[in-house]
Amino acid sequence: MEGQAILTTPLAHAVGVWIGALLTLMIFSFLYKDNPFYKFAEHLFVGVSAAYWMTVAFWTTLIPNLIARLWPSSMGSVLPSAVGNERNWWYLVPLVLGLILLTRLIPRIAWLSRWAMAFVIGYAAGTNFTRYLQSDFVTQVQSTMVPLYEPQGTLMATIGYTFSQIVVVGGVICAVIYFYFSKEHKGSFGRAARVGIWVLMAAFGASFGYTVMARISLLTGRMDFLYNWFIGANW
Amino acid sequence: MKRTIPLLITFAVGLALIVAMFIPHVPFYELDGMFSVFYDVIAVFAFILGGGNLLKVHLNKIQNKRRDWKYSIVTVSGFFLVLAAGLLKIGVPDGWSGGYQAPGSLFKFLYDATFQPLQATMFSLLAFFVASASYRAFRAKTKEATILLVAAFIILLRPTPLGYYLTYWLPEPLRFLHIPNLSTWVLSVPNMAGQRAIMIGIALGIVSTSLRLILGIERSYLGSEGK
Amino acid sequence: MAEAEKTEKTEGTEKKGTFVEKMGSVDRRIIFLLIGLAVLIPIIIEYTTAIPTSPLVQNLFDKIESLPPGSKVLMSFDYGPSTVPENQPMATAFTRHIFEKGHKLYLMALWATGPRQSEALIEDVISVEFPDKKYGEDWIHLGYKAGNQGLINTLLSDFTAMYTTDLDGTSIDEFPMMKGIGSLTDFDLILGLGSGFPGTKEWVQFAGDPGDIPVGGGTTAVMAPLLFPYYPRQIVGFLGGLQGAAEYEYALIKQYPKYEEKSRLASTSMGPQVWAHLVIVAFIIVGNITFFIERSRRKRY
Repeated sequence: MEGQAILTTPLAHAVGVWIGALLTLMIFSFLYKDNPFYKFAEHLFVGVSAAYWMTVAFWTTLIPNLIARLWPSSMGSVLPSAVGNERNWWYLVPLVLGLILLTRLIPRIAWLSRWAMAFVIGYAAGTNFTRYLQSDFVTQVQSTMVPLYEPQGTLMATIGYTFSQIVVVGGVICAVIYFYFSKEHKGSFGRAARVGIWVLMAAFGASFGYTVMARISLLTGRMDFLYNWFIGANW
Repeated sequence: MKRTIPLLITFAVGLALIVAMFIPHVPFYELDGMFSVFYDVIAVFAFILGGGNLLKVHLNKIQNKRRDWKYSIVTVSGFFLVLAAGLLKIGVPDGWSGGYQAPGSLFKFLYDATFQPLQATMFSLLAFFVASASYRAFRAKTKEATILLVAAFIILLRPTPLGYYLTYWLPEPLRFLHIPNLSTWVLSVPNMAGQRAIMIGIALGIVSTSLRLILGIERSYLGSEGK
Repeated sequence: MAEAEKTEKTEGTEKKGTFVEKMGSVDRRIIFLLIGLAVLIPIIIEYTTAIPTSPLVQNLFDKIESLPPGSKVLMSFDYGPSTVPENQPMATAFTRHIFEKGHKLYLMALWATGPRQSEALIEDVISVEFPDKKYGEDWIHLGYKAGNQGLINTLLSDFTAMYTTDLDGTSIDEFPMMKGIGSLTDFDLILGLGSGFPGTKEWVQFAGDPGDIPVGGGTTAVMAPLLFPYYPRQIVGFLGGLQGAAEYEYALIKQYPKYEEKSRLASTSMGPQVWAHLVIVAFIIVGNITFFIERSRRKRY
C-alpha cells in the first residue's frame, strides 16, 4: 500500500527528524522563559504520552493476556499464534475486576472499584513482604556481619581493610540507630545517631554526584541529536 | 459488604502469595504467575481510567473556555492521533497481524518524531536545574552539609582530568587518597553503609505495612465512604 | 582623616559587597547557558576521554570473561527512550563481549519500551558486526511480556510458561538454543539493564537471591548508588550510568584491542560529561565563596 511506502522513505525520516528537532527546541525555550511554544510542546507531550502507554498496554497486555485467553478463536488476524489455544476461564477474574475499576467514574457505584484495588494491594503486599524481607533485610544484615580483621598482604592494606570494615559495620549500625525515632536521640544513643547522619550525608553526596552524571548524560544525548540535525540539514 | 469483601480479597491474595514462596508447587506457584498477569491486566484498565480522566479534564476546559483552553485542543488532538494510529494499526505493512510498531507504521513514525524527542528532552531539562541548584543552594553551612559536599566533589571529580592531576603525584603509601581510588572507596564504604541502612529501614517498613494491609489493620486504601 | 578613611573603607566594602551580591544572585539563564556550552563544545570538537575500569565493573567483566564458551546469558532491556544515552552503550558493550567469548545471548524485556532498544542493538551491532551469529542458535529475541516482578517470579520456576514464542511469533521449540531452558536457573548469567521499576534490583530480589543465579547489569546513574548494598554478595557487578559503560568499554578495548575504534560510544559521550562536571564543581565553589564572604560581611556589620 502507498501509505506504508511513504513512512519508510528518506523524506519521511527527514520530516520526522525535523519535527523532533523543533519539538526539542520548543522544550528548551523554557530555559529562557515560559512561552507559547513550550506550552504547545508540553501539552502535546501529555496527550501523546497518555495515548502511547494506552496503546502499548492494549497490544502487549490486553490482547495477548486477556482477549486471547478468553476468546482465542477470535485472534485469527491479530494474534495467529493464539488461535487453537484452550480458553482459560480464570481470566474472567481480571476482566471483571478491570471493569469494576472503571466504576470509579460513576459516583453512585464507585465503591465497587475497591474490590479491584483490594486485589492490587493484596498482590503488592504479598509479593513485597517475602522478597524485601529476604533480599533487603536478612541478606543485608548478613552482609554487614563481616570480619573486621583479615590480613591483606601489606600492613597499609590490612589497616585500610580494617578501617573500611569498621566504617561499614559502624556506619550501618549508627545509621539504623538514627532511623529509630521511638527513643530520644540523646546521650550515647544521640551520639551514635549523629555518626549515622554523617554516614547518610556521605551516601547522599554520592547520590548527588551520580544524579548530576545522569542528568548530564541525558542532556548530552539531546545536544548530540540537535548537533547532528543542524549539521545534517540542507540549509 | 462495601468494606468486608475488599478486606477478604486483600487477605486471600496476600496470603496466597506468601504461601507460594514456601510451597513452590501446584497450585501455589501457578497462582503466583497468574496473579502477576491479573495485576497487569487490571493496570491496563487503570490506564484506560487515566486516559478517560485526561479527556474529561481537557474537554471540560475546551467547552468552558478556561485558561489555556487552546492548548487543551493540542493535548486532545495528539491523544486521539496517536491512539488511532496505534489501535487501528494505520500503515502497518502486514495489516492486523503485523506489529503495531512495525517500520512504516504511523505509530512508529509518531513515536520517533514526537514521543521519543519530547520525553528525552523533558528529562534532559533537569540537567540545567541541577546546575542552577548547585550554584544557588549547595552551601557548606554545617558539618553535615560539608560531608555531603566533599563526597559529591570526589564523585564529580573522578572522571575528570582535574581529579587525576590533583592527586596523581601522591606517593605509594598514600595512593588511597588518589581521587579515583577515593571515589571507589566513598561509593563502596560510607555510601554503601548509608544505602544499606536506608534499605533495611525501607524493608522493615514494607514488611510491617504489608502485614498490616494483609491482616486488615491498615484500611486507608478503602477510603472513608460507607463506613 | 580617620573618618575619611572609615568612609573609604565602607565604600570599598560596599563595592565589594555589590560584586559579591551580584555573583550570589546571577541570572540562572547564565548558568543554563554555561552548562549548555559545557556539553555542546566537547560534542563539536569531538573530545573523548577514557575512563579506567573500577573494581565493581571489572568484576562483572571478569565474570563474563571467565564463563566457558557457549554459556547462556540473558539480557533484559528494562528501559525506555529517555535513558537510551546511558543504557544503550552498556547493551552494545555487553553484546560485543558476549559474542567475542562465544556465549549465547537471550534478549528479553520487562518494559514495553524495551524491545525498541533491543531492535536498535540488533540493527546497529549484531547485524553489522556479527553477521556470522545465527538467530536461534547464537542469539534470540524473546521480546516483552507483562508482569514486572511477577514475570521474573514465574520465569524462575517455568520459563516456557510465559515465553512460548519469540518476538515474531515463532514457537521456541524450533530454536536449538531454547532446548534445555526450563527456568531462569538454566542461565549462567542474567544482565538487567534498568532505569527504574522493574529493573536490576528486581532481578536481584526475584531471580538472583531465590534462584541463586549470578546477576549483573547496568543501571542509570541515579539508581546506581542504591545497588551498592547488593555488591558483591547478591550482584556480581554493575555499570553505573554512562561512566560505568565507559569503564566497561575501557576493559573491553584493553582485552580486545580490535574494538578500539568501534567501542567508543560511552567514551565519546563522557567528553561532555567531564566538562559539565568541572563546570558544576566550579559553580559549587564560587557559590560557596560568595556565601561565606556575604556571611562574614553580615557578621561584621
